[in-house]
Amino acid sequence: MSEPTVFTSGLEGKSDLIVTYEPAAAFEIVVESSVKKLFGRHIREQAERTLKEFNVSKGKLSIKDDGALDFIIAARIEAALRKAGVAKAPLLAPPDRPPAEKDRLRRSRLYLPGNQPDLMLNAGLFGADSYILDLEDSVAPDQKLDARILVRRTLREAHRLFPGTELIVRVNPLTGPFGYDDLREIVPALPHLLLLPKCDSDRDVKEADREVAAIERELGIVGRVLFMPLIETVKGTVNALAIAQASPRSVAMCFGAEDFTRDLGVPRTREGKETLQARSQIVYAAKVAGLQAIDTVFSDVGDDEGLRASCLEAKGLGFVGKGVIHPRQIAIVHQAFAPTEAELEEAKKIMDAMKKAVETGAGVVSLGSKMVDAPVAERAKKLIAVARQMGLPGLEAY
Amino acid sequence: MQWVENALGRRVPAELDGRRLKPFKGAFQDQGGGVMAQRLVPLTTTPGRIDKVVRSWDDLWKRLSLRDGMTVSFHHHLRNGDFLVNETMRRLADLGLKNLVVAPSALFPVHDGLVDLIKSGAISHVEGSMNGQVGVACSKGLMKKAAVLRSHGGRYRAIQDGDLKIDLAVIAAPAADCFGNANGVLGKSAFGPIGIALADSLFADQVVVVTDNLIPFPCVPMSISGLNVDHVLTVDSIGDPTKIVSGTTKLTRSPTQLNIADLATRFVEAAGILREGFSFQGGAGGISLAFTQFLGERMAARGIKASFSVGGTTGILVDLMKRGLINYVTDGQSFDLAAVESLRDNPRHVEIDPFISYCQHARGCFAHMVDVAVLGATEIDLDFNVNVNTHSDGLLLHGIGGFADAAAGAGCTIITAPSFRKRIPILREKVTTVTAPGEVIDVVVTERGIAINPRRQDLLEKVKGRGLPLVTLPQLMDQIHALTGIPDAPRLGDRPVALIEWRDGSVIDVVRQVLD
Repeated sequence: MSEPTVFTSGLEGKSDLIVTYEPAAAFEIVVESSVKKLFGRHIREQAERTLKEFNVSKGKLSIKDDGALDFIIAARIEAALRKAGVAKAPLLAPPDRPPAEKDRLRRSRLYLPGNQPDLMLNAGLFGADSYILDLEDSVAPDQKLDARILVRRTLREAHRLFPGTELIVRVNPLTGPFGYDDLREIVPALPHLLLLPKCDSDRDVKEADREVAAIERELGIVGRVLFMPLIETVKGTVNALAIAQASPRSVAMCFGAEDFTRDLGVPRTREGKETLQARSQIVYAAKVAGLQAIDTVFSDVGDDEGLRASCLEAKGLGFVGKGVIHPRQIAIVHQAFAPTEAELEEAKKIMDAMKKAVETGAGVVSLGSKMVDAPVAERAKKLIAVARQMGLPGLEAY
Repeated sequence: MQWVENALGRRVPAELDGRRLKPFKGAFQDQGGGVMAQRLVPLTTTPGRIDKVVRSWDDLWKRLSLRDGMTVSFHHHLRNGDFLVNETMRRLADLGLKNLVVAPSALFPVHDGLVDLIKSGAISHVEGSMNGQVGVACSKGLMKKAAVLRSHGGRYRAIQDGDLKIDLAVIAAPAADCFGNANGVLGKSAFGPIGIALADSLFADQVVVVTDNLIPFPCVPMSISGLNVDHVLTVDSIGDPTKIVSGTTKLTRSPTQLNIADLATRFVEAAGILREGFSFQGGAGGISLAFTQFLGERMAARGIKASFSVGGTTGILVDLMKRGLINYVTDGQSFDLAAVESLRDNPRHVEIDPFISYCQHARGCFAHMVDVAVLGATEIDLDFNVNVNTHSDGLLLHGIGGFADAAAGAGCTIITAPSFRKRIPILREKVTTVTAPGEVIDVVVTERGIAINPRRQDLLEKVKGRGLPLVTLPQLMDQIHALTGIPDAPRLGDRPVALIEWRDGSVIDVVRQVLD
């Protein structure tokens, strides 16, 4: 088999472009675009800027564009140049980004395939608590580099595309061929969190911690990139507590039902009895380690009622959030994870009673004929705090 | 050529192709006056029973007076399923006629073949809306004279006022009788309302109804009255009604479109427009359909009922009526077959024509009874001027439809659009072509924020502090341009290839020739 002589990146489709680079002594840029009349000059200038960024001044660069934005054009050109071996990953200072908040709301996390630029453009407007730029299951092996570069450049556009939201990158497992390259590429662009898939034991998380710490050291930062281990195997479930406690970077732990049921060798049902024990175990482990527990995705995008029921069940088990795969699921998830009116009323009454007890100097707090003991009071406080975080009205007095 | 500046600062010719033009003065500056178009007294009446049926094109031509340069009109109710425009124009060209003027209410990609007749000189130009290659041909300057684009209401007005003189009206009808009565709801080619052809039937010198479904007299409902019809031509098929579907008629899955529709719905609710007995403009297209659907959900949740809707009708709108959420659907054109069926069977589904819904020279029209219209656009500028006709590259690719009329009439006109398509921004400092002036546009809703026209402080006051992402147009434009970049200007020549008429017949803008 002969070595390839043409190197390609990008996919056919709206908001993307196909870049091919052919090493040659001469220098040529050819631009074709569905928006050529309006942006032809602009695209050529962006191509020149990107070539300059990598000091490439030879070869033939061909662009077939369908309305891609500048950062996408740059990502595709970079990928083609790197495949051709004429460019290396750039060394850039980390972007100016506020660090992740450990205990923020994580009711919904929307998955975005890492190599599909059109989905990145508006996703940040849909109101999810977190967004996951995925390098793992949604990206074919021969597109990992393209996706990695696109995700890295998307992270640098985050202030425009995802203002004020949490950005998570799902990297490939370190046990496979892509994981380390993912970390090298992505960590310097400072995602808030890394979602670590297929965690089977604490070693998986510790190894990621060690590697991320090494990259951070080179960048002159410490502990900026936090973790969200994802448990989706039987072994991982059994080791849940050790995984949850493996790194101080971890803030939340997730469950993935699709891979779990495959691993267990049973079909995934709508009721989900086959995952009940695993989910509970993950909630317990997360609780003990002080992490948030986040449930798997609900994959039937058309079934709003099923999603609502699934969220309420997850909430009942102790999860604080759910994965979502379509923006239309976000509002339903947020609604389901919000305290109910009855819960809120009860909590307010308890808070009122405690306030009254303090004012009157009563040693015992009671509500009607029932005594309010410490855990009940604590739960009420927490519920009010969560409701406030969600921006629910009528909490000014609490 | 002498150019003048109209009230929007757009340069328009004072005179073109031997016709004196009125520059646009303002949305409501029309003074009326004048007299309506005159029409020939019919030549004879035959004794005995009346039968206007002709069974072949050749026989039809024998009964008509045909000449070079004549104007032939069509309606567009069959949309992309129409067979008649191509057939008629090709046959007229085969007779050796030259410089014909085509006056359709709209052309679609199915009519791309007319480009050959334009090139051969059989067709001089189009007075009507164009979607597709005929529009491209027009943009490139292939027509001998400038095309004239009018809104539905504007077209009715132009015919009624005598600005658009029709020598021959060809009216496709899914059902007709030997007397010439016709409607759009019966038969294999049923397409719904036929009202766009009303003006043609009333004011053209010669009127031919063409049908593939000749039914016994009387054809009821008599949407087109045989009293105005000269001949009834029977053919095998007038078109394919499954292709009347305009864009998507299913609820969109596009998150961005759903997001925009959701914002528009929340705006309408926050502004207090969503109240018992309110009314709205119907339409097709992803955002508009989703808006209708969401509006219905909010109405159901709050126990509110709309008094009526105006304009284009879809199955989604019909469902709202069936659920008791709308009292009457007044329907100017059907966008899907569910709407066609409903018009035929449901007495609350009422056929209307552009005189009723949109005409500025009627003594009032329904558009002005509408509380809220949600409409799309290709471009919006910082003065809230809207372009629905050309793309940013200058190509004339869309008609006006009821846009200008609905926008001018509605109590609140909302433009919904994605903030960019591919990388082409919806917001421009100046639009490429003005279809409607900013004075009739109240709100712009994109997924990146809602901008309210400063003329509507009342709306702004109502929706402030209601959790909506309010922005100014310049802020929104800067935000979008930061992502997309600013497009280069297309290369345009000075020659006006099309006039954009405001509903009163004044010229609001011209489309200039696209070079290269």
